[in-house]
Amino acid sequence: MRAEVALPILVPLLFGALSLIAWRSNLMQRVLGIIGSVTLLICSIWLLMSVLDQGHVVMYMGGWMAPYGITLVADLLSAIMVVLTGMMAVAIAIYSLSSASPSHEKFGYYPLMHLLLAGVAGSFLTGDIFNLYVWFEVMLIASFALLILGGERAQMEGAIKYVTLNLLSSAIFLSAIGLLYGLVGTLNMADIAVKLSQTEHTGLVDVIAVMFMIAFGIKAAAFPLFFWLPASYHTGPVAVSALFAGLLTKVGVYALFRVFTLIFNQSPEFTHQLLLWGAAFTMLTGVLGAAAQFEFRRILSFHIVSQIGYMLLGLALFTPLALVGGVFYIMHHIIVKTNLFLISGIVHRLLGTYDLKQLGGVYKDRPYLSILFLIPALSLAGLPPLSGFFAKFIIIRAGIEAEAWVVTAIALIVGLLTLYSMIKIWAEVFWKPLPENHSTVDSNPSTKPSSLAFLYIPVVLLGACTLFIGLNGQPIYEIAEASAKQLLNPALYIEAVLGETP
Amino acid sequence: MEPIMAIVTGCLYASAIYMMLRRSIVKLVIGLMLLSNAANLLIFTSAGMTRGAPPLIPLGAMQPDGVIADPLPQALILTAIVIAFGVLSFAVVLIHRAYNIIHTDNLDEMKDTDT
Repeated sequence: MRAEVALPILVPLLFGALSLIAWRSNLMQRVLGIIGSVTLLICSIWLLMSVLDQGHVVMYMGGWMAPYGITLVADLLSAIMVVLTGMMAVAIAIYSLSSASPSHEKFGYYPLMHLLLAGVAGSFLTGDIFNLYVWFEVMLIASFALLILGGERAQMEGAIKYVTLNLLSSAIFLSAIGLLYGLVGTLNMADIAVKLSQTEHTGLVDVIAVMFMIAFGIKAAAFPLFFWLPASYHTGPVAVSALFAGLLTKVGVYALFRVFTLIFNQSPEFTHQLLLWGAAFTMLTGVLGAAAQFEFRRILSFHIVSQIGYMLLGLALFTPLALVGGVFYIMHHIIVKTNLFLISGIVHRLLGTYDLKQLGGVYKDRPYLSILFLIPALSLAGLPPLSGFFAKFIIIRAGIEAEAWVVTAIALIVGLLTLYSMIKIWAEVFWKPLPENHSTVDSNPSTKPSSLAFLYIPVVLLGACTLFIGLNGQPIYEIAEASAKQLLNPALYIEAVLGETP
Repeated sequence: MEPIMAIVTGCLYASAIYMMLRRSIVKLVIGLMLLSNAANLLIFTSAGMTRGAPPLIPLGAMQPDGVIADPLPQALILTAIVIAFGVLSFAVVLIHRAYNIIHTDNLDEMKDTDT
């Protein structure tokens, strides 16, 4: 029994159930939210420690050996993702103490949050392709309900697009599983990888690979299927937007990394080439979309799309260094993007709007908040010595080594345009004076220092993480390098799950 | 049997996509329902259909004799049906609430979040 693999799934489920028992008491639910997320973080760090120590950690559910039962597998990539999930959970739980309105709490904000985390952790840890589908759905149904908390018009419109596109992606995913099962007759990912390498490589394999690519591409918001994301992410409560921005698209990216390194690695000249151009266009359209926007959270949403392109680029180049870059980029991006959304929430709390044209003067009133914004913003744009610089540097270096000149050039240009977008936010929100027709800052009663403290704590913590990765990148790089090595050598994964050398 | 099922599945996918491309949100949800059913039938068909051979092990034996039907696809479909039921009932409530708030079922008029 290896309990640490199952705990990151069981802990949020348990605390979700406990919050349901405490349905009537908002206070109890808040306390459970904090305890639950801290416990999740501790369990996930335990998992990362044992994976770093012993390699793959495998647990067979119900004692059914692979490939017959459902297997939970944690390699380094899964463990890293689960630790990041735990970190985001803690940040959002603290932030929610002040940001979640009582009406949201009454409609199950905290139980849904725990359920969402269980779905995310389950997706990262499962070693069974159909189980991955089930965890995706657990995550989706929780995210649907969280997105429409409050029930405003924009939320309904955003939710219809979000729900439709995500259900379409699930249906494609399910169809692909059906075809794959028809081909190899197994659902265990390690077993699929073995059987698929033994069967004759026909056109059907490529068809299934592309179906997986489309299904996960929709979830990850990759070109050309990203449009649901900027239409919906800015409509929900801000803590929910921040959690979605950090984690949900990254589940799609993780699934792409897992499937296209472990299962569909036979014809990279076709599948990874397709991913390469998808990545390039994802970067470009995301950043150009952001340039046209004047709403704080919509700009950030478009930047999620463009950053997804960098991660996919790391996977698509498929060299050891590029995969290191991809994993490093995921780690950097989850922290930075969540932080930026949390800051947009603080600005909204102070000035009551997300519209850049009506904002201004924050630097004059709150210089420290401005510096807290600059850390993740410049990191997102890739300025040294912050975490984004190293992430971009590794990927671009890998691109030059792989002699993918056009894509590398696009990645560099997109970095510059990201800087332009961040400077636009800086100039409009923090630098320029407050427009005259705007009501004064302190008229809002909820901007007391005591209620703002809970909003600042996670922002400071995540900013410190960004600085830490930037100034002390070596250990993070080594973890990313080790996980890239595991990804490029699927035999290790197969051996750990099936207990034999293929 | 397989050719008939293939045609049925194909028709379901086609009509699902057609319904999803309509402007009405009610038709959109009907399209999603057809799509999930199409995916279920696809699993059923592609996993191979064996007639009249239930997966039963004779008394005292350790394994079934001869060819048996694969029970796993049916377990998958059952799970998928339950999930689709839950998700689609959410979608139905969503379009009802959306209609009450937006006062239209025309997707072309839901452009507030696009600009």
